[in-house]
Amino acid sequence: MRSITIGESTFSCQPDETVLETLLRENIKVPNGCRQGLCQACQMRSLDNSPPVSAQVGLKDTLQKQNYFLACICHPEQDMTVALPNQQGASINAVVIKKQLLTPDMVQLVLQYQTPFTFFAGQFVNLKRSDGLTRSYSIANIPTHENILEFHIRRLPNGQFSNWVYDELELGAQLAISEAQGSCHYLPGREQQPLMLIGTGSGLAPLYGIIADALAQEHSGPIHLFHGSRDLNGLYFIDEMRELADKFDNFHYTPCLSGEDTDSDHVRGRAHDVALSSTETLNGWRVFLCGHPEMINQSKKMAFMKGASMSDIYTDAFHVAQVKKKFSRAAD
Amino acid sequence: MSDSQETTSNPSLYEQLGGEAAVNAAVDIFYRKVLGDYRINRFFDNSDMEKQAAKQKAFLTMAFGGPNNYSGKDMRNAHAHLVKMGLNASHFDIVMEHLGATLAELNVPQELIAQAAAIAESTRNDVLGK
Repeated sequence: MRSITIGESTFSCQPDETVLETLLRENIKVPNGCRQGLCQACQMRSLDNSPPVSAQVGLKDTLQKQNYFLACICHPEQDMTVALPNQQGASINAVVIKKQLLTPDMVQLVLQYQTPFTFFAGQFVNLKRSDGLTRSYSIANIPTHENILEFHIRRLPNGQFSNWVYDELELGAQLAISEAQGSCHYLPGREQQPLMLIGTGSGLAPLYGIIADALAQEHSGPIHLFHGSRDLNGLYFIDEMRELADKFDNFHYTPCLSGEDTDSDHVRGRAHDVALSSTETLNGWRVFLCGHPEMINQSKKMAFMKGASMSDIYTDAFHVAQVKKKFSRAAD
Repeated sequence: MSDSQETTSNPSLYEQLGGEAAVNAAVDIFYRKVLGDYRINRFFDNSDMEKQAAKQKAFLTMAFGGPNNYSGKDMRNAHAHLVKMGLNASHFDIVMEHLGATLAELNVPQELIAQAAAIAESTRNDVLGK
């Protein structure tokens, strides 16, 4: 008989029982629907071993890689430690080792960690101040031996956390960081597939990480990045991106400005409009969308209608924290 | 897959259609048709497209004669808010058209399309809350 551990509790999974059945029998609340592996309401994550492949059918490949599974069709093959998607594991501490303005509105923050930490570039973590104030930010770098995490933080007019980072956070200060979360990241394989990446504002952060990851893993298909902002203050890393485009023949960069009174040589228009009208079809493409939630909703639909498969569209919507409400992040 | 299903000597409709692989091939095509149809897309326009696609997949699995646990009551409950939005028989007919067109696009033989359509048709009253 296999045992299922969730939080502090361990239960026996009876022969023929699924993980969902075991947990519901023990009065653990697990959202569920069809109980046939279709509706994906009962998504959970295995924290120790890989779940049975048969319990991952239909999940996004990035979620499969992170050991997500469907509890309703999971017959454990070994003991499992599991968690619901919103259950947070332990956080670790990291130290500020770099803080640099990229534009008047955007700061690059680099943290270093000592404890082993696994992540994919493009995932996000919750950064927590000592008094508990917490915000989510995307990781802009790939894992290296230096054990660093890079973030691009935009200063919001009333942003408690971002203003504190700008005005007060000092080198050497400590922050708690959560586990890395989110399914918007690169996976190797299908390396000839064309990639379309569209980001607004600091949505460039996860895309920058995803591009670095794809190039490091020798993705050979064309990689098209469209970065948009209303005005020049929101565009950053222009030189870095152009250098990257010079270095890699398959990487193409298009900065876009959507504001009225912009006087520059950048492409005029909203990044996703420019991006989606740049190609006849997205059939067979992999698409990454990061930034403004409304941009993502629109682009996701447009990309799908233009031929991209639903399973090939990866998104990370940046929801701005409401007053007194913690920053929330669509974790899909 | 549920292994509690009865085994028969003849392959089931689901098997003849190609099982889960066929559903996967059909879901993007079907959902794209539905979302692209201005007459019905307001019933399918949901900011969470993944969840919507999962629902379409569940629907197709059922129509393909595959394993499903949906009861008539589930169907009623799941569509009640759409009936309030004005979902009626004409919309159901349009979805049926898209189902047939999707299968035709995948070169499914006409007699199998008819069988799948008959299964989908059997949910009409529950879906429309009649």
